[in-house]
Amino acid sequence: MYGYSGKILHIDLNDRKHWVEEKPEEWYKLYIGGVCMATRLCWENIEVGCDPYDPGNPVCFANGIFSGTPVPVGGKYGLASKSPLTGFIGDSLSGSWFSIAMKRAQWDGVVIHGSSEKWVQVFIDDDRVEFLPADKLLGLGTYETEEAIREHLGDDQIRSATIGPAGENMVRFANVTNDGRQAGRTGHGAVWGSKKLKAVSVRGTYGINVADPETLLTMSFDITETSQGPYTEKYRVYGTSTNMLNMNKHGLLPTRNYQEGVFEFTELVSGEYLDEHHKVKVIACAQCPIACEQMSLVKKGPFAGAMTGIEYECLQAVSSNCGINDMTAAIRLIDLADRCGMDAMSMGVTISFAMECYERGVLKKEDFKCKQAPEGIELNFGNGPGAVILGAMIRDKEGIGKILSEGTKRASQAIDEERGSETYKWAMNIKGLETPGYDARALKTFAVGLAVGTRGGCHNRSAAYDPDIQGETNRFTIDETRGEVAARAEEYAAVYDTLPLCKFIRRCFTGKADRAGAWPAISKLINATTGWNFGYDDVDSIGVRAHTMKKAFNIREGWTQADDDLPYRWKHDPMTKGPSAGHVVTDEELEYLKKIYYEYKGWTEDGLIPKKVLIDLGMDDVAEEIGV
Amino acid sequence: MVASTSKYKYIVCDPELCIGCQLCEYICSYTKTGEFNSYRSRIRTVRVDEVLITAIACRTCENAPCVIACTRDALSQDPESGIIRIDPKKCDGCAWCIEACDFGAISINHETKLAEFCNQCEDVEEGPQCVKICPKDALEYTTPDQRSQRTRHKLVKDSLEFPQKAKEPR
Repeated sequence: MYGYSGKILHIDLNDRKHWVEEKPEEWYKLYIGGVCMATRLCWENIEVGCDPYDPGNPVCFANGIFSGTPVPVGGKYGLASKSPLTGFIGDSLSGSWFSIAMKRAQWDGVVIHGSSEKWVQVFIDDDRVEFLPADKLLGLGTYETEEAIREHLGDDQIRSATIGPAGENMVRFANVTNDGRQAGRTGHGAVWGSKKLKAVSVRGTYGINVADPETLLTMSFDITETSQGPYTEKYRVYGTSTNMLNMNKHGLLPTRNYQEGVFEFTELVSGEYLDEHHKVKVIACAQCPIACEQMSLVKKGPFAGAMTGIEYECLQAVSSNCGINDMTAAIRLIDLADRCGMDAMSMGVTISFAMECYERGVLKKEDFKCKQAPEGIELNFGNGPGAVILGAMIRDKEGIGKILSEGTKRASQAIDEERGSETYKWAMNIKGLETPGYDARALKTFAVGLAVGTRGGCHNRSAAYDPDIQGETNRFTIDETRGEVAARAEEYAAVYDTLPLCKFIRRCFTGKADRAGAWPAISKLINATTGWNFGYDDVDSIGVRAHTMKKAFNIREGWTQADDDLPYRWKHDPMTKGPSAGHVVTDEELEYLKKIYYEYKGWTEDGLIPKKVLIDLGMDDVAEEIGV
Repeated sequence: MVASTSKYKYIVCDPELCIGCQLCEYICSYTKTGEFNSYRSRIRTVRVDEVLITAIACRTCENAPCVIACTRDALSQDPESGIIRIDPKKCDGCAWCIEACDFGAISINHETKLAEFCNQCEDVEEGPQCVKICPKDALEYTTPDQRSQRTRHKLVKDSLEFPQKAKEPR
C-alpha cells in the first residue's frame, strides 16, 4: 500500500500497554484520513454515551494522506474525541511537523485509550512506545513543553503535541498544541487533562514512498509556484486578519459580544495596522509554501514581549468582539491563549460574555476579584488589561474564572441558576461551541450551516458564509435553494478537512476553487500518492462521507434535531447599525432552513439518516447501528 | 563561527526569508534516496524559536576540516567544485567528520553507516533541487564573494540615506 502503512497504533493509559491494529486498503478508501478517519476511529473506540471526561472517551489521531510528501499544505492531521463543550464529535485539524513525524513513524492513526493515574508523557519512537513521567512538565506552557521534551530526549526532530496549564486545569475549551499550531475549538486539551496526558511525542525515521513520485513532484512544483501568485496573496501579505476591515464593511464583524456588526475602531485592530506596527516575520507550517502566520510582537507598553501568530478569527474574538481597540492587549490575549493552550476564539467570546454580564449588572466588580486584581475588575467592553487578567483567571480557574472556564453555555446556565438572570440571551454558542467571526443574522445560508453543524459554532466546517458574502445568494433573505447550498459548502470543506489539505490552497490548482476547478487535480494527487484510481466523483464523495460519519457519531451520542439551533441573540436581537442592521433569523426561518437542508441530504424530517444513504456510502456497519 | 568558507559555491539560506516549510528537505531526500525523509536530507532546517528559522547545508569550506579529520581517508574534496566526496569502501560511519564540521552539515545514515553530504545536485541537470523548490527564494546557490557583495549592496541601500537624495529640496 502506498501513502499508508495500514497500521493504527493503540495505546492504553490504564495499564500502559500498546497494540497494533491493521486496516485493509478498502477502509482507507472510505475514510481517507484527517477528520473523517479520526471520527471513524472515535466511532470504533468510544464507549457510547460516556462523559467526555470518562476514560472511555478515546483520543484519536488520524494522519493526512499527503503528510510527509512535498504536496503543498498537506502536512496536517486530524484529532477527534467526544467534545467536552458539545457532547458531540470534537474533530480538529492541526498542521506541521507532528503529523509528518507520525507519518515517518509509519502510523496512519494513533488511538489513546483510558486514563492515567499520574501525569504521563507518551513517547512514540518509531515502533516503540514509552510512558514517561510528566511531573517536570506540569505548569509549562505549550511551547516550553515542546522545547523541554526535545531537550530531554535529545533530538530536534522529535515532535510533540502537548497541553498547557489550561488543559491541565481542564478548561473546557483547552486546546492541543503542536509546533505552534493548535488542534483547536472543541476542547481536546480538557480531554487530555482528564486523562492526565500532558504530551504525545513522536520520532519517525522511516522514509515515505508514494506510488508515482514523478507525477507527484511535477504537480507539487506547479502548485508551489502558483501558490506564490495572486491566489494566496491575501494570506501571505496580511494574513487572514485583513478580514477585519472587510467584515466591518459588510457589517458582519462581531462587536461587543455580537451586539453590533460594525466596530468604530476597526482600523486600530486591523490586519493592516498589525502589519505596520507589530509584524516580525511570516512563518509557515511544515510543508506549506504559502506561509500565512503573521508573527506579531508587542514592542512596548504593559504587554511588551507578547508574541504570537495572529489570525482573523482569534483577533476579532478578542478585539472588536470585546470592544477592545488596543492591538497590544489583543496580541497579549491571543499570546496568553496560545501559550497556556486554550482556544482564543472561545476565550474571546467567553470574555465578551462576561463583559456584557458586567455591563448589564449581572456580574459585579467584586465578582472579578483575584490575586492580580484584589479589588475586582470594572469589566466594561474595551477594558483590555481587565480582559487579560480575566484570561489568566480562566486559565487558572481562579474566582469567577472557574465558572467561565466551562464556556459560555455552561457559564450562563450556572450564573442564571445562581442569580435568576437571563444571561442565556447573550451566551453566544451553538451546541456549546462559541460562535465564529461572521455574524449569521445577516448571512442566512451560513446561519443554517452553523445551526446544523456537527461541531457546533464553527466557520471551518461550514463554509457557507462564502456564497453569502460573495453575493451568490441573497444573504438577507431565505429561499428553497439554501439547504442545498449549505450542504454542498459543508461537504466541500469536508474534502479538504479529510485529506487534509489547508483550504488556502483551494484556488491554486486551476485558479478556480469550485469542485470543477479543484477535484480533478486533487484526484490526481491522491492517485499519484496511493496508486488508486480516484475520479471526480470519488473525491466528491469523500466530503459527503466525512460529514455523514460525523453526523452518525452525533446521532449515536443522542443528537436530536432540537440541537440544531442558533444562539438566542441571532434569533431575537437585530443589530442597529451598519449594512446588516435589522436582521434576525426567526424560528420559522430556521425551521424551514433545517427542513430543506435535511431534505437535500436525503435524511428524515427529524434529521436522522436512512439506512440506504449510509449503505450507498459504503458504511454498512454504521447503517446497522443508527440507520433508520 | 570559525570556519574557512571559501571560493567555492554552496547553498545558503536567508533566515529573513525562510518560513520553515521544510520543502527543501523533502526534495533533497527524494533526489538522493527516492523517499521523502527529513532524516536523509543533506540540507536541514533549523528552528530555534517561533521566528528564528533557517536551513543549513555543506558550506564547501576550503581545506575542509571534515576531510582533514577523516581518520580513514574516506573523504576528499573536488578541487574544482569544492564538493566533498566519500569513498563508501573506506567510510565506516565513525562520525569524526561530524565533530570537525562547524556547521552541522553532515549526517550519518544509520542503515548504510556512511556519512552524507550535500553534493549540490551535481548529477542533476537543473542543479540544486532545494533551491529550485524553495517557495520564498530563501535558498541561494552562491559563493561567499557574491554573498558579501550582495550584503554590502543591501547595507548601503537600506541604511545610508544621502541628503541630496531626499525628496524635499533643502
